[in-house]
This record gives sequence, structure tokens and C-alpha cells, in this order.
Amino acid sequence: MIKNKKPKILVTGAAGALAQQVINRLRDDYQIVAVDFRKQTYLSDDIPSYQINFNKRVFEDLFRKFEFDGVIHLGRITSSEETRMRRYNANVLGTQKLLELSHKYNIKRVIVLSTYHVYGANAYNPALIDETAPLKAAELTMDLIDSVELENLANIYLWKYRDLNITILRPCNIVGPGVQNTMSSLLSSKHAPVLAGFSPVMQFIHIDDMADAIVLSYEKNKSGIYNVAPEDWVSYQEALSLCGCSRVPLPSIPPALPKFITKVMGLNIFPQFLLNYFKYSVVIDGRSFNQTFGFKVKRPLKEIFRFYREMKRHD
Amino acid sequence: MSLKSYFKDKLVSKDFDAQLKKIQKPVGTLGYDPWGFNAETNRLVLSLYSGVYNKYFRVQTDGIENIPTKGPVLIIANHSGQLPIDGTLIAYALATRKKDPRMPRAMIERFFPTIPFLGNLLNQIGAVLGDPVNCAKMLANDEAVIVFPEGIRGSGKLYKDRYQLQRFGNGFMHLAMKYNATIIPAGVVGCEETIPAIANIKPLAKMLGVPYAPVALPLVLPAKVRLNFGQPMKFDGGDVREEEITRRVEQVKSVISDLIDKGLSERKRLF
Repeated sequence: MIKNKKPKILVTGAAGALAQQVINRLRDDYQIVAVDFRKQTYLSDDIPSYQINFNKRVFEDLFRKFEFDGVIHLGRITSSEETRMRRYNANVLGTQKLLELSHKYNIKRVIVLSTYHVYGANAYNPALIDETAPLKAAELTMDLIDSVELENLANIYLWKYRDLNITILRPCNIVGPGVQNTMSSLLSSKHAPVLAGFSPVMQFIHIDDMADAIVLSYEKNKSGIYNVAPEDWVSYQEALSLCGCSRVPLPSIPPALPKFITKVMGLNIFPQFLLNYFKYSVVIDGRSFNQTFGFKVKRPLKEIFRFYREMKRHD
Repeated sequence: MSLKSYFKDKLVSKDFDAQLKKIQKPVGTLGYDPWGFNAETNRLVLSLYSGVYNKYFRVQTDGIENIPTKGPVLIIANHSGQLPIDGTLIAYALATRKKDPRMPRAMIERFFPTIPFLGNLLNQIGAVLGDPVNCAKMLANDEAVIVFPEGIRGSGKLYKDRYQLQRFGNGFMHLAMKYNATIIPAGVVGCEETIPAIANIKPLAKMLGVPYAPVALPLVLPAKVRLNFGQPMKFDGGDVREEEITRRVEQVKSVISDLIDKGLSERKRLF
């Protein structure tokens, strides 16, 4: 059958909105197999979908059964979900297992989704951080260790097994319809916390643009590490205003005070370990990706913010 | 945002707005650049600052036309007066230059981003954390950058040491050579008298996590300020030994020293 001759791709994180966008873009040309550690997601009759723990032995059966050509690894338990230990097991050890199996089964393309959080938010960050900058998130907070470790691991495999052609993408804040990360939740809310006197410069990429970037990096096959961010910037507080959120300032100094407040009030929307990202700018330089892959975002910031503003109007 | 627009409409005169619109400063779709510069805030603050520049410090400039109209530029000046007033005055002078104004970026001390409100405001009006990566990327972006190679050694010095140039770092020369940037030496006279300090309480500075804690009057004195800009200086890149870099830095320092002497000799009174 012609259908079976299509190249096969394993996409992880299938329950997430981003993975579904990526799958929609690839399904005509590739046979997609979707997996997620969190839940089984029905996508369509022609896309097998599994809920699976990468650390279990049955995961290997998928590789035996489908003979994948490539892997797009988007599945990550975010820092606001689960305990630190479970996150470490899923994100770091799970990724290691995935890369080991990819090597064992001669996979030729691997895309790993990382995050700009790995650079860490501190007062001394220069702007336009490029891919060679040290990853300082781990020194600042234990809760982001798994993000940095996942990166380190992918890096080791990138050099150790060149035939895997690993591409690591470090996007800025992914936002837009269906995205459920911390930033998207803040932009969606009517009242959003801010640290008084701090409004760091931020970058946002629309989920559709990010899906395009992932597909492009899979198809163009230029392995390496790339930041993904549009060449456009806005301060956090102005972004909130443009999304129609009223800002709720939290006392920002001494630094222990906002940490204490978010902990006591159980403010999950404003997680303690991400507070520095709402205080200091982490502006990444996405030009290397844009030039290498000929990428340009199609949805400007105004369109992103209009979506959140209109969403509130319909509530 | 809307409050900012309201104040901008009320406070920024049409002529001033037209002058600022002449500045060609690349920003994103919402008026920001990667270092946090915001065109609207900048316009408002510069407008409010015109009284400070023209009436309070009665700034007099000489040689501002020496600053190239485009391309990477490093404005290298002496630093003084506890607060970065000298940087703001140089920036205002260039932003309001009648012919081909530019919006220069001032490199500021590393502790500013940790100060609520002030750190953000400084970023929005073009000040940037004094990190070599920032300076390099801005020069690559064809910006004009104000650098005080004395750093806190200059701004934190006591009144008794006024107009004595402190040690210059070599970093700016490396960057100028790498990015083929024009160096404009500048001598600032008057800022030493704005906040004269008689002592520095080091233990207090350490406790507060700031570079110095001056014993000074809690006000900024209205000293008359002179900004003298020298002729453009260019230095070839290539593989140059550190000794040669230091010699080149000394060459710039000596021009700045002459510009300061010129300013001091022209000065008739302090205020």
C-alpha cells in the first residue's frame, strides 16, 4: 500500500496543542505515531496514539513495530506539573531512553524541543543571548534542573551519535490557542500578577509559527542547537495590558518576599521558581535559526495579544 | 500604556516630537528593542528632561557634530558624580542634535537592573547593562554606545579627586577594533560638582550590595555642565598584542584629558 511507504515519525507529547499542530502539518506526507506520558489522545483513525511511559520496556515495541524514520520529541512535563522526581524521570531519563532507542533503531532525524528557560534569568544577562551562552538555569533553581539536564543529554547524543542528526530547539514563550503553559495561562487570565517595578523584555511565538518552525527543522535536516524567537520584543507588563489583563503588583523586594507570598497563597499561575523570569529579561537571539532555515514568523505580536483579548471578551 | 500616551500628548511639544522623529532607531512592532528601549517612554522622558538639560545644568556642547551620522560609534568619556547623570546628558545632547540626531545607548553598572522601577526606566530610555556581549551586539547593530571605561572607579570617586582620570579598562578598544567602530572621545566638565562626595562608607555599600555609599548632600547641585567632543579616532583591527591595546587606550585617555582641561579652562564659575 502506498500509505505504508510514507516515512514514519514518532511524535511525543501528543496530548499537547503544539504536537497536534505539528501532526496536522505532517500527516499528509508522513505516517505519524503519537505518544504521550500523560494521557491517550485520539487524533484520527490513521494515527496510532499511545499513552506510554518511555522508561517501560513496552516502549521499545513501538520502535520494533513501526520502524520509525524520525522522532519529534515535544513531550515534556512542565515545571508546574508533577513532583520534581517524576519530572526528572519522565523528562531526563525518558529522553535518554528515547535517544538510546533512536540510535538502536537507526533513526536518522531527531528534533528535541527545549526552552529558553535553560539560559536562566538573572540580572547580569546580556540581551540577544545566542546558542553558545552557558546554561545557567540550574544554578538558579532546582526546579529547572530537568530542563537543563534534558538539554545536556540531547547535546551529548548530538555529538556522540552524529547519524541521529539531532536538532535542539530553544523557543521563547510559546503562546496562542490551546497552549496551557504558565505564560499562556497568565495572558489568558483577567488579573495577572507582576513584580512591582519589574517588567522584563519578553519574546512570544505563536503556536502555529512554532509548529511551522518544528516542521521546517525536521524537513531541512540541519542538526545543531537553535534559539527560536521572532525579532520583536515587548515588556511583560505591556503584554498583559495588550491582552486585556489587569496587573496585580506583588512586592518585589527583598526577593524572599514575593517567593513567600506566592508560596503562601498557592499561586500556581506564578510559580516560585519562575519568578526571576518575571524580573529579569532573558532575550534570546533567534537569527541563526531564521537564517539557517529561512524562517520568518507569520503572526505578529499584535495578533497574538488580540487573540487573548478577544478570548476574555467572549468569556 | 494609555496613561503614557496621555502624558506624551500633554507634555511633548510638536517641535520636540518632530525632532525626535528624525532619529532612525530600529525597534519592533510595539516600539521595543531587545535591550528594553521603548520609543514612547523615551520620547516622554527626553521631553521631561529638556528642562533639566537646558535650565538646570545649562549644558553647553562643543564638537557634537564630530559624532558620525551612522555606523558603529563608541563615545568614550570620563565618568563622575555618583549617579550616571553624565551619560544621560551626552545621550540627550546627541538625541537632540539638530542635524542627524542619534539615540545613543549608555552602558550602566551591573546593579541597576536589580533596582525596581529605576532599572526598567533606564532600560526604556536606552541604557543597557554594561556587559561586553551587549556592547558587541549593539555595535554589530550599528548603534552609538556611550562607554565610561573608568566604571565605578570614576563615578564613585571623591570630590578631592575630581577630574583625575582613573584607570581605563581595555575592553572598549577591543570592541572598537573588532567592529570597526569610530571612537569619539568626550570630556565632561561639571558633573563632578553635581553630587560632591567627601567620603565613601564601604561597609554600608557592602551591606546594601551597591558599589559605593557616598557621604554627600541629598540633592543634585545645579552645576553648569560642558560636554566637549573630540575628533573621531579609528584603530585598525587585526592581531594586536595587549601592550599595544593599552597604548591605544592611553592615547584615547590623553585626548579625553585634554578635552577636560579645555572645559575647565573655559569654565568661569562652578554654577
